[in-house]
Amino acid sequence: MKLRSPWLICSVLLALLVVLFGVSLCAGRVWAPWSAWTSGGADPRWAIVFGLRLPRTILAILVGGALGLSGAALQGYTRNPLADPAALGVSTSAALGAVLTLYLGTAGEATWVLPVAAMIGAGLGVAALLSLAGITSSIVTFILAGFVIQTVCGSAIALALNLAPNPWAVNEIVNWLMGSLADRSVDEVKLAAPGILLGGLLLLTLGRSLDALTLGEQGARSLGVDLSRTRWLMLIGVAVAVGSSVAVTGVISFVGLITPHLLRPLLGSKPSAVLLPSFVGGAVMTLAADILVRMTPAASEIKLSVAMAILGGPFFLAMLISMRRRLA
Amino acid sequence: MSLHADNVTLALGGRPVLAGITADFAKGGVIAIVGPNGAGKSTLLSCLAGLLKPDGGAVTLDGAPVAPMPGRQRAGRIAFLAQTPEIAWDVDVRTFVGLGRTPHIGAFGPSAEDHAAIRAAIAAASLQTFVDRPVTRLSGGERARALIARGLAGQTDWLLADEPLTGLDPGHALDALALFRRMAHDEGKGVIVTLHDLNLAARFADRVLVLNEGRLVVDGAPDTALTPETLSDVYGVVVRRHAGEGGPLIEVLGRAG
Repeated sequence: MKLRSPWLICSVLLALLVVLFGVSLCAGRVWAPWSAWTSGGADPRWAIVFGLRLPRTILAILVGGALGLSGAALQGYTRNPLADPAALGVSTSAALGAVLTLYLGTAGEATWVLPVAAMIGAGLGVAALLSLAGITSSIVTFILAGFVIQTVCGSAIALALNLAPNPWAVNEIVNWLMGSLADRSVDEVKLAAPGILLGGLLLLTLGRSLDALTLGEQGARSLGVDLSRTRWLMLIGVAVAVGSSVAVTGVISFVGLITPHLLRPLLGSKPSAVLLPSFVGGAVMTLAADILVRMTPAASEIKLSVAMAILGGPFFLAMLISMRRRLA
Repeated sequence: MSLHADNVTLALGGRPVLAGITADFAKGGVIAIVGPNGAGKSTLLSCLAGLLKPDGGAVTLDGAPVAPMPGRQRAGRIAFLAQTPEIAWDVDVRTFVGLGRTPHIGAFGPSAEDHAAIRAAIAAASLQTFVDRPVTRLSGGERARALIARGLAGQTDWLLADEPLTGLDPGHALDALALFRRMAHDEGKGVIVTLHDLNLAARFADRVLVLNEGRLVVDGAPDTALTPETLSDVYGVVVRRHAGEGGPLIEVLGRAG
């Protein structure tokens, strides 16, 4: 296994992101060439580029980054390669928080209500996960705990749909649950960016503690790592970053799971080595998927979450097979 | 400058493991803790390293209680090597050994000094040819050496190792013990190890503590601590002590009684 320099990998990923950024502003139902960008409003496509595609692109980068980084941090903390905010129910618990505000009708009262509820939901999800499975850190317990949280939150969401006061509420909830980046505006960027950046920064400070956790909780403690501080930073970081993401895009799965896996063969399995690259990598993956979704020739646009699930399912399967081979 | 256990008692899961242990550990020597399975050796070592908080009594380092010390400060002075360390990711040997520098590494990543310490530790454990190999793919003995190197990398005043010789062949076991003795005698560090091999303890330790059922039975030089009478009482075996060529030889003849 020959490892490449982390700076090289990060530079390549960043370059890729810049290219995709450009493509993302051009691509869609209507192709917007460079002349449309510089027209300063004279070309009607100018509004599409800066009013619709720019916020959408920024959101894809932020949300993808938040999910990739959260996945990498959760995998490092739990020492479990299957950890992922969506697979472990954190995204679902964030969604439940948001759905409750839609159900109760409080979401409309102020713009911050829904994202804050999503963050609280995500925080409770992570807390439940860590308290259900945190001590043992066995892979099986963790997956089961995540499954329990996901099932409970999923059924609560179903209940909210079931008991929804009117068809508009149902419509609103369903539309929102199908994670997507379509028709997002600058308002959503403003809503999500602070939480994602703050949570992301918190998670990035955890690198050395996560490395020490390679030796288990006792090993990390013997190296001077404050485990309860690590746990709190982890909890707050994931809750704020994933909560903010879910609040504006709904649940998008697999980004957090796949990104660190693709990067480990290049960067090595030291948890800190994949943190920042997972942010950039998650952004690249989400933005690329969103461009593809926009380009598909269908009557109505395919939701990003659906596309990610279609791509992520086979990847998950391949990973399971390779893990089975290693354990056999 | 010493590590001191003052009447340390500790129960784990309702079972008393340490029943009032008082001992003073000084730097500059290799101290071996021996005793039968379940005697409380590992627990005592964890208490000395500040990883377990005693129910009663206290462990102090130069007068200050160890358990409540900030982790980083404690880890900068005491390196602790667990018996069967968990290794979650297949990191390479260099990264693994480098984890021992965790308490020293500053906010801007490892310094030249950190890299030098890691290289020195790898050389001391003769691991130069393994640096790029994943730790999870090393043999048991190679892994034990990587573990010792991790302990050395921290360049701490104290090295506390739980069964560090497990899985080592006789040659590498002697190398490791010689390394511990150099650290203690030449560099003035404190080395405390738990051992199962009584012969190695008798030959290479400067001082031996014999533990049984959570109590300190004897504490003294190997010659006075590892007597046939003590060993027979503690382990329930008949023992004869010979004068071997390289030091005392403890031969286990059979079960007592």
